[in-house]
Amino acid sequence: MPDGDKKLDAKARYSAGVLEYKKMGYWEPDYLPKDTDVIALFRITPQDGVDPIEAAAAVAGESSTATWTVVWTDRLTACEKYRAKAYRVDPTPNNPNEYFAYIAYELDLFEPGSIANLTASIIGNVFGFKPLKALRLEDMRLPVAYVKTFQGPATGIVVERERLNCYGRPLLGATVKPKLGLSGRNYGRVVYEALKGGLDFTKDDENINSQPFMHWRDRFLYCMEAVNRASAATGEVKGTYLNVTAGTMEEMYKRAEFAKELGSVIIMIDLVIGYTAIQSMAKWARDNDMILHLHRAGHGTYTRQKSHGVSFRVIAKWMRLAGVDHIHAGTVVGKLEGDPATTKGYYDICREEQNSVSLETGVFFDQDWASLNKVMPVASGGIHAGQMHQLIHYLGEDVVLQFGGGTIGHPQGIAAGATANRVALEAMVYARNAGRDYLAEGPTILAEAAKTCTPLREALDIWKDVTFDYASTDAPDFVPTTSVS
Amino acid sequence: MRVTQGTFSFLPDFTDQQIHEQVQYCIDNGWAVSIEYTDDPHPRNTYWEMWGHPMFDNPDAAAVVYELNECRKVYGSYYIRIIAFDSSPGWESIRLSFIVNRPSEEPGFKLSRTEVKGRNIQYSITPYSSDKPQGSRYK
Repeated sequence: MPDGDKKLDAKARYSAGVLEYKKMGYWEPDYLPKDTDVIALFRITPQDGVDPIEAAAAVAGESSTATWTVVWTDRLTACEKYRAKAYRVDPTPNNPNEYFAYIAYELDLFEPGSIANLTASIIGNVFGFKPLKALRLEDMRLPVAYVKTFQGPATGIVVERERLNCYGRPLLGATVKPKLGLSGRNYGRVVYEALKGGLDFTKDDENINSQPFMHWRDRFLYCMEAVNRASAATGEVKGTYLNVTAGTMEEMYKRAEFAKELGSVIIMIDLVIGYTAIQSMAKWARDNDMILHLHRAGHGTYTRQKSHGVSFRVIAKWMRLAGVDHIHAGTVVGKLEGDPATTKGYYDICREEQNSVSLETGVFFDQDWASLNKVMPVASGGIHAGQMHQLIHYLGEDVVLQFGGGTIGHPQGIAAGATANRVALEAMVYARNAGRDYLAEGPTILAEAAKTCTPLREALDIWKDVTFDYASTDAPDFVPTTSVS
Repeated sequence: MRVTQGTFSFLPDFTDQQIHEQVQYCIDNGWAVSIEYTDDPHPRNTYWEMWGHPMFDNPDAAAVVYELNECRKVYGSYYIRIIAFDSSPGWESIRLSFIVNRPSEEPGFKLSRTEVKGRNIQYSITPYSSDKPQGSRYK
């Protein structure tokens, strides 16, 4: 280690003035993180001329105990313990201006069971820190001791399936469109047709709350008429995500209580309500046997750009702790951002009991979820029946596939669109279980199923050329290479 | 109407060969397969009658198909489903459930509405067939 990076003795360390962060104890290259430490991995882009190690130490400092100058009051505390420690800085594989900084945080820095407290440190002031051009939180390792202070998903994948009496295949949903402007009565019509046709769920969109064209109570009443009619028409349990997002907690609780009174199996909230509100609603959902759907409205403002913000894999981890049952996590093949490998990483975070390090999917840490329930990922945005083989291949079985336009835009009507999706799904799962190479034979399998299902035939014809093939803005840094042997 | 509970109700009814394929898939995954029947297809009727225990150590789907046909001899006018149970930690529940036998006529469900205060409606769903006593609903 160069002399300039070494720690100082106490007298030099605490004499008044300004000191480099790495000399204040925020850079400890020999530090071995404890099992109980929270670990954060940041992608840092230092300003020109700023040493990456100093930049990493500054991030550790600003996200834990430091301020810009030396303060003697540090010595009234067990400051060595409370200082976050940058312990490793690696160059990134593809950009000479960016570095990966690993920072360990003592568990006692955080209030148990509070995402708000965790994030106030980890993504607080530090993101505006001038010596950095950009900063991105890439991943976090949450120690079991900390995970256990959170409730976790109110219902979880297994109990959700038991409650819906639906096994062995992805669930099917659709978001009601147009997302704004329908009256309650017209809105319920879409819900009824889609559920009767074969979907398990319909969904309010993120910005459907209580507007002049349709107030929330009206929507809830018409939607539940539709849900019950569809249930009687099929013999299946059906649901519609009633969005309870509102301006205050009091109003959200009121709407959630009404949804419960009407017998809805599921309610929904938006990410923009904030971490504390999400945790409160998750607690309410656990207390009231309600599935809790989270729409990740707003995340693209900070998750999409690779150099700055918070990776969605971190948001997914926070939301699993916070306790939602559903989270939109990408489609791979649809209209919204989603590289296949990165998306797989998100899905693994939602659904696995333990995550293992997997750099090719962007997962940097082993993570033990300590028996917290699993989150059902939701794939939504520009997907259709003709992609069923790819969807099952990339996303697996425990996922909600939401075909909004792909249901409502069907030329024979909404119920026909729903039927097309359900038949395509069941045919593909059947083929997979029967041992066929369903990914390669997907189009053939769908064509076979369409022989006895006209709505599927029409769906395949109308959407056959629809793809969204654009370069991803957030692909993993590490690509597996084939070794020659 | 057609009761569309289960994984494959939107596909044409399976032949015994197709049932065999799906059951073997379950067995190969280490899941215990069982057969259940009912004459009450209410969506919240969780506990259908068990045709024996789940077949925990059975390696061969043919044994399940054989038992299914034995069950059909007695309850051929009932709903019969195949269920695969996964005892892995973190799951410990059903992995696949599909209907393999159904009555020749399915009269469907009655939806009853009780209007209560505030325009709220309380709904209940009743299979038309359950007006008759258990055992004499489907002939």
